Amino acid sequence: MNIHEYQGKEILRKYGVAVPNGKVAFSPDEAVKVAKELGSNVTVVKAQIHAGGRGKAGGVKIAKNLDEVRTYAKELIGKILVTHQTGPEGKEVKRLYIEEGSDIQKEYYLSLVLDRATSRVTMMGSEEGGMDIEEVAESNPEKIFKEVVDPVVGLTGFQARRMAFKMNIPANLVGKAVKLMLGLYQAFIDKDASIVEINPLVITGQGEVLALDAKFNFDANALYRHKDIVELRDFDEEDPKEIEASKYDLSYISLDGNIGCMVNGAGLAMATMDTISYYGGSPANFLDVGGGATAEKVTEAFKIILSDPQVKGIFVNIFGGIMKCNIIAEGVVTAAKEIGLAVPLVVRLEGTNVELGKEILNASGLNIVAADSMADGAQKIVGLVG
Amino acid sequence: MAVFINKDTKVIVQGITGETALFHTKQMLDYGTKIVAGVTPGKGGLEIEGVPVFNTVAEAVAATGATTSVIYVPAPFAADAILEAVDAELELTICITEHIPVLDMVKVKRYMEGKKTRLVGPNCPGVITADECKIGIMPGYIHTKGHVGVVSRSGTLTYEAVHQLTQAGIGQTTAVGIGGDPVNGTNFIDVLEAFNNDPETYAVVMIGEIGGTAEEEAAEWIKANMTKPVVGFIGGQTAPPGKRMGHAGAIISGGKGTAAEKIKAMNAAGIEVAETPSVIGDTLIKVIKEKGLYEKCKTH
Repeated sequence: MNIHEYQGKEILRKYGVAVPNGKVAFSPDEAVKVAKELGSNVTVVKAQIHAGGRGKAGGVKIAKNLDEVRTYAKELIGKILVTHQTGPEGKEVKRLYIEEGSDIQKEYYLSLVLDRATSRVTMMGSEEGGMDIEEVAESNPEKIFKEVVDPVVGLTGFQARRMAFKMNIPANLVGKAVKLMLGLYQAFIDKDASIVEINPLVITGQGEVLALDAKFNFDANALYRHKDIVELRDFDEEDPKEIEASKYDLSYISLDGNIGCMVNGAGLAMATMDTISYYGGSPANFLDVGGGATAEKVTEAFKIILSDPQVKGIFVNIFGGIMKCNIIAEGVVTAAKEIGLAVPLVVRLEGTNVELGKEILNASGLNIVAADSMADGAQKIVGLVG
Repeated sequence: MAVFINKDTKVIVQGITGETALFHTKQMLDYGTKIVAGVTPGKGGLEIEGVPVFNTVAEAVAATGATTSVIYVPAPFAADAILEAVDAELELTICITEHIPVLDMVKVKRYMEGKKTRLVGPNCPGVITADECKIGIMPGYIHTKGHVGVVSRSGTLTYEAVHQLTQAGIGQTTAVGIGGDPVNGTNFIDVLEAFNNDPETYAVVMIGEIGGTAEEEAAEWIKANMTKPVVGFIGGQTAPPGKRMGHAGAIISGGKGTAAEKIKAMNAAGIEVAETPSVIGDTLIKVIKEKGLYEKCKTH
């Protein structure tokens, strides 16, 4: 789960990480009000969307007075921002972050991520801040430094100091940088984050070390123990079908095609998409109904697929292990009867309770095309959709 | 032979009184797995499907001599269940549970350093040695005894591959689902090494998916060490970057972890990669025919 920059900075403040003063605004009037309260010479108006690359896309403006704050706020609210992370359709700006300007002397990069290779949280830092860190990693990998954290002791003082010195943070500011890093690590662990990225981290003319941006991503599997984080979820930033799916613990991702897919298991779901594409079709979604799905959940999954007007056909591909084929069959039949089935439906069932499942489908009277294998089913649905 | 488990493996079911665990305990017993104990705190003294239930893993081990456990405990408590299995010095613990917070697993991995227990999973279908011992949630009937080892990050894709092999008359030694989480126990290389050392295994099917670099590392290892043919498949060739495809580990981020990169690394290591999941079986058959192993691998 992602959150906005302003929400991330709220969390950081609580952990003693220095961030510039600022507040969220939902309208130009609010933006001006916040800017007045801040009373700084320069005010930054920042579009709040769940995507990076906002600066380059014109989503960050520097205002020298309150009139400019109003002008920029008007310009940004309602604007569709297209960055390299939003896709060509872009994202509509509905919230602004109004922040006091900082006297930036130098920009750095700092992040915490889970490193799969070591199974440890890893801090990464670089003197090359403000830029796309992927580019730095590509062109100058020696300029990115890493500290691997032992979960028993957490990020240690000496590791943070070593990082600060490697990043060439001026010696008189290393203490402040260390405090920031330790606070950042504590926030990461306490909130079950999977990524915290500060790009840029800056030092100012006043001798401060500040987090000028804050990008948080949280482990979806740990949200059950973080009600405060769940409350930060912004539904405007998510696909409505994905929101609906998440209510039923279904793993659903919207895609561009016209063949709806319902599959059990993430690997098989991806492979089903691959197979549909291989035979010239185009999947409308990724959907893993998971292992412990009930007939009710399957029904909801089916409704979500059918709610997509782009869907011209559905392929159900189930290889039951923990998922029983009869549960899938019951769910499909219930959903199809409840909302009517106007598009072709191809079903491939295999695995636990497969015979029971096939019986339920056969007895339903629904117009279901049976498939013997994944390839057979994919070819059939691609043919039917045309 | 086979790897990790066989007909003599004595198994404890952790969380045996849960609904899913009950269903699969019965399935495992029907398959012939030696389930000797169950563990559910507070339910000690009960008997389920003829299996005695204990309050702790240590008690279950002391009473039965079990060496292996399978975990069906709900996600918030699953990491603790793994720690309990490690503390009881089991040889093997297989964690089926999905959705365990990743930072819990970071601690588990740290705790396991220097301990004797092997962890398979979490978020995996389990391990099965055909006709001998089934530990997990896979449908037993698709497996046939034979000479091909299967290792996979995805549960249902493992079934798909095994099913194709069985239908083509190619039996399996052991199928190992290592799970789709970013932090897990046994990795591809551990399983490949075990298959390499197993005299009954003549060839291996390795199924990966997008995200991380486990397949690339495995390919390197295969190139340097593997004496048996390996064929592969990578799921998620058409997955868009930045979208997490169900598994916590399946995401293309920062241009890393793409199917194309993995397939390239595998091809460079001499691994033939199936173009679609439907031809995993055919690809294996083609390769074992080339290597003159087909007749040895054919089971009927």
